[in-house]
Amino acid sequence: MSANIETYPLTAGMEMNGQAVGLQKYEALGGYAGAKKALLQMGPAQVMQEVKDSNLRGRGGAGFPTGQKWSFVPMGENAPKTKYLVVNADEMEPGAFKDKMLLEGNPHQLIEGIVISSYAIGASVSYVFLRWAYKEAAKRIEQAISEAHSKGYLGKNIFGAGFDHEVRLHTSAGRYICGEETALLTALEGKRGIPRAKPPFPQMCGLWGKPTVVNNVETIANVPHIIRNGAKWFKEISRSSDGGTKIYGASGRVNKPGAWELPMGTPLRELLETHAGGMKEGYKLKGIIPGGASTEFMLEQHLDTPMDFDSVPRAGSRLGTGTLMIMDDKTCPVGLVLNIMEFFARESCGWCTPCREGLPWLAGILRKIERGDGNPEDLEILNEHIHLLGMGHTFCALAPGAMEPLQSALKYFNEDFKAHIEKKRCSYK
Amino acid sequence: MLTSSEIEEIKHEVERAGRGLNASVEALKIVQRQRRWVPDEELEEVSKLLGVTTHELDAVATFYSFIFRRPVGKNLILVCDGPACWMLNGHMLVETIKDELGIGLGETTKDGEFTLLPISCIGLCDKAPAMMINDDVYGGLTPERVREALNKYR
Repeated sequence: MSANIETYPLTAGMEMNGQAVGLQKYEALGGYAGAKKALLQMGPAQVMQEVKDSNLRGRGGAGFPTGQKWSFVPMGENAPKTKYLVVNADEMEPGAFKDKMLLEGNPHQLIEGIVISSYAIGASVSYVFLRWAYKEAAKRIEQAISEAHSKGYLGKNIFGAGFDHEVRLHTSAGRYICGEETALLTALEGKRGIPRAKPPFPQMCGLWGKPTVVNNVETIANVPHIIRNGAKWFKEISRSSDGGTKIYGASGRVNKPGAWELPMGTPLRELLETHAGGMKEGYKLKGIIPGGASTEFMLEQHLDTPMDFDSVPRAGSRLGTGTLMIMDDKTCPVGLVLNIMEFFARESCGWCTPCREGLPWLAGILRKIERGDGNPEDLEILNEHIHLLGMGHTFCALAPGAMEPLQSALKYFNEDFKAHIEKKRCSYK
Repeated sequence: MLTSSEIEEIKHEVERAGRGLNASVEALKIVQRQRRWVPDEELEEVSKLLGVTTHELDAVATFYSFIFRRPVGKNLILVCDGPACWMLNGHMLVETIKDELGIGLGETTKDGEFTLLPISCIGLCDKAPAMMINDDVYGGLTPERVREALNKYR
């Protein structure tokens, strides 16, 4: 990892041995200078404007402009006194491991981002909603919260600026749907984590009915650097119109699986060939799921796509989390899509019928095809359901997300599906 | 029966959270800490402390993957069944554990030492295949490394 904070702000100073960047080291790198600047020299509106100008887009996967998201929060004297910032650290998207790197690698960066972001929207309490399995991250966040308190970076009257803030860590008991922002809020309230109807949007009516902003870990981690170095700098370190860097990653049969901070818009080919070290000997590239299990496959023909929020859709997929799952030519695409469908079927919250009933049914059909018992009509049923479980037919985006890898697999790997049905077996085994 | 210190802890959580139901997940985790699961009797006691019905609390308990309403073994083995691990022979994990301990997914060894369950992607995709045993994570697994890991808990 690079030590250059000017070009690689998020991972600068991170240790190769997996230890967290400690408070002292973080401060030496300029840590908490952004918070100090925001609270002492800038008003909340100025902080919000700087983030807007930076073109920071939500790193949870949807890419919604962060400054714009904040701007829906009621501000001013007539605004509700209680507001919340919630950090979505429930990283459960299969194939994603970027937030874990930031949470474990530099928890103070997150705390500083929380202080600044909360100041911008006027929130005196924030929650970090952490996934169950991230035990090490939980320890490091707790430690960082307590260290920040003892240095006066959290608590009452931070930097003497008259701003109070408390961070509370909530560790989930494990369920994918809690990563959906409204389900996350319902879960934080202690109920079954089922999604809510939008509108009203959380910025108006969120946690316990109060204005709430939900932001991803990586999004918040960028905020201190934007405030310290300015929106112009943030746009300049990017290779696209989206500002900043991105934590990209790769898994599968590549020579150097891992995660790296790179300029936003780094082309897919560079990620695969340079950073992931290319395919392992004896394996060829067959497809790439670019941003977690709920994104569409990309192919070799898409390798020159700049990996940013606007370019990836032109190649038929989404940037999502930016952590690539690389499928080699000896992996069965039907089997992989089955694995993904089983995940979504298990993690459906059960709230709406199409998702609860539809996903297990589709998983069953894929299982049948994979073991060699499928027939041509099964492919028609699968194709129909891409529409029937798509956007607008379900309560939230879980089932539509599950349709993305399926739809693209049916399109790109149709021969594989047909071969399973014709030969009555999986020829990859 | 909840111990008096557990009751105190749960009351503290309720106070911190403001409202009873807000503390549901924390309270259930407190129950599980010693027992490793949530029996009916304790569920009822907690619901009274939270001021909610047992059904409301059970609705929360059964929603989450890691609140257990059935007994689990002393050690929890969680094998990642995410796509990145699946691509790198993740099924080997379940097979190796079955050979070693004689249990399949959802089963507990007769001596109550180990329970084997699947877990959704645990963010070790670059070190696939991966698993957790209790709070410990293991990546880059081979059958040999799975056996080594298991031995630490025997």
